[in-house]
Amino acid sequence: MIRGTIVVANEICKGCELCITSCPQESLGLSDRINSIGYRYIVLVKDNCTGCVNCALVCPEAAITVYREKKSALKARESAFVASGGLSV
Amino acid sequence: MQTTTIPPEMDLVYRRPDTLTQTPMHYCPGCGHGVTHKILMEVVDELGIQEQTVGVAPVGCSVFAYNYMNVDMQEAAHGRASAVATGIKRILPDRFVFSYQGDGDLAAIGTGETIHTVNRGENILVVFINNAIYGMTGGQMAPTTLLGMVTSTTPFGRESQVMGFPLKITDLVAQLPGAYYVTRQAVHSPTAVRKAKKAFRHALEYQKLNKGTCFIEIVSNCPAGWKMTPVEANEWMEKNMFPAYPLGDLKVPK
Amino acid sequence: MIEHDQGATLMKGNEALAEAAIRAGLQGYFGYPITPQSEILEYLTAQPKGRAGVVLQAESELAAINMVFGASGAGARVMTSSSSPGISLMQEGLSYMASAQLPCLVVNVNRGGPGLGTIQPSQGDYFQATKGGGHGDYRLIVLAPSSVQEMADFVFEAFRLAEEYRNPAMILADGALGQMMEKVILPREGSLPYPPKPWATTGKPASRERNIITSLFIQPEKMEQVNLELQEKYRRLQKEVRFEAFQVEDAEILLVAFGLAARIAQKALELAREQGIRAGLLRPITLYPFPTAAIANLVPNVESLLVVEMNAGQMVEDVRLAVNGQRPVSFKGRMGGMIPTPEEVLESIVQIAERTHTEQVERS
Repeated sequence: MIRGTIVVANEICKGCELCITSCPQESLGLSDRINSIGYRYIVLVKDNCTGCVNCALVCPEAAITVYREKKSALKARESAFVASGGLSV
Repeated sequence: MQTTTIPPEMDLVYRRPDTLTQTPMHYCPGCGHGVTHKILMEVVDELGIQEQTVGVAPVGCSVFAYNYMNVDMQEAAHGRASAVATGIKRILPDRFVFSYQGDGDLAAIGTGETIHTVNRGENILVVFINNAIYGMTGGQMAPTTLLGMVTSTTPFGRESQVMGFPLKITDLVAQLPGAYYVTRQAVHSPTAVRKAKKAFRHALEYQKLNKGTCFIEIVSNCPAGWKMTPVEANEWMEKNMFPAYPLGDLKVPK
Repeated sequence: MIEHDQGATLMKGNEALAEAAIRAGLQGYFGYPITPQSEILEYLTAQPKGRAGVVLQAESELAAINMVFGASGAGARVMTSSSSPGISLMQEGLSYMASAQLPCLVVNVNRGGPGLGTIQPSQGDYFQATKGGGHGDYRLIVLAPSSVQEMADFVFEAFRLAEEYRNPAMILADGALGQMMEKVILPREGSLPYPPKPWATTGKPASRERNIITSLFIQPEKMEQVNLELQEKYRRLQKEVRFEAFQVEDAEILLVAFGLAARIAQKALELAREQGIRAGLLRPITLYPFPTAAIANLVPNVESLLVVEMNAGQMVEDVRLAVNGQRPVSFKGRMGGMIPTPEEVLESIVQIAERTHTEQVERS
């Protein structure tokens, strides 16, 4: 599966949780910390983000930046997976 | 602020558009205004028309829209955004002009301007945020408030005998020959956001054709005014608002 | 100085004003029909396409003034015109424009009120025109023509002042000036240059920050600052005061009147002089800024003042402020669309002269 990650602008996140409900991977949760405007902000709680962009689309603060694995990196990872006998990556 | 390091094998696939300023928005958590601002400005960015775009902000929650949208903007009096936009567009016919208004602004105090602007077929984009409530002033009844809906001025629910019916002004506007493209969208889910963004793109592309007014209603939420969490508000919106204000195109170019 | 064409033509006041607006480089007109000024909109719509710029009949005066707001903000030389009830509807927009510091020309062809009133000439909107009219602390620049020639000339003057000071300017005429025909020498087309407007919302190039036109300053510290800037501007405006004086040098009774009433007062002055009463006339041309100092300077030389207006007594309050209790100030007015006759005004002058004379005898 393709890998991705997000960067959240913690200081403008208002913890509305709309990204949490829109994440198909259930990768997101609220931080334990509170930002300077008084909200628990969004953090990745699992390492299974695919970079699908859903969270960023519904984010009312435009606080989320999304990155996704390059095609070449994915290919390399897949070949490594096959070469290793499919045991691990 | 951003502490995560990005692996070099990653591509940037989504970021805040430069057509939004760096100013944090003042909207309540989960408010649809933020998403709508964002996708409108994304389209301006993608079409490369930032230098030719002039917007008009309303009176209501989005009164400070000009603090967030990184384009030239004017702040109109309550209800008069489409008249102000008319003045701008008539003077600068080659610019992309949009007005951005809520339901109280566009469909109560500004009904006259709305109807006549569309009837003249002004070549502008009218963005209409319908969340069935006056958010800025503290949750009073709007012309689009649903029957039975509790607001601070209909504490026992809106009764049609006293306060009339939810005004479907978008349906009204779609009847006018001056309207070129009329659609009703939402921004509560990734799918809805993608569709709404496509509608904004169409509307701004159509503006170049000088064929008439493009009118986009966004059925939106008001978590604070509805006294719900953002997630609850979006669920309530799907269940109650969408039946009254069904999503989809009301008028598309032939 | 306004440059003029050669040769006079006979024109209606409203039409002369409209033609002058075109010659002043009008780029946008937004208006709504109302008697007695509809000829302005009609004249402009009858022009060959583009000659008068954008001309649009709005759905209401509310829409019209807000179109003016948008067009002015977009950098255009714009105007609207209406008559009293319509001007009332524009007050919100004018307050917004004054706050956002947007120039425009508003023509009020004043008719009798209050309410729907009458379509006959009046000066009943003096307070509204000169004291702000809408909400908040602001002023319009107000010019009061008293002839068809001035209906034309003051368009140039009003646009110049509005743009220089970034403030709405008003021409306060009346139904008679709008409807009467007189000889007029029209101002020369293209003789009013367009000043640069770097603040206009014309689309943001990469080279500058976005332009925002707003009257919203939610922080009280900022709102006070904006108010201080406006007040400073109004102080600077004082140097634009204009007035006209007739036979004030030896006057014992000083008449003060503006617009149409000044023409009547001038006739009454002649009649009074024929009877040996030394009357003079001061005619404020700018109603805001008001020629307070000019009146105050004349006060020591006169015995008494008489203010003549086509209302219940509005400018008389500003005259009394200028006189500051040093001389008696009387008032002669007609209301509701009635115009005082020179004979009526003469009667008042004679009464004042007799009273003044009696007092002088008693004093001696």
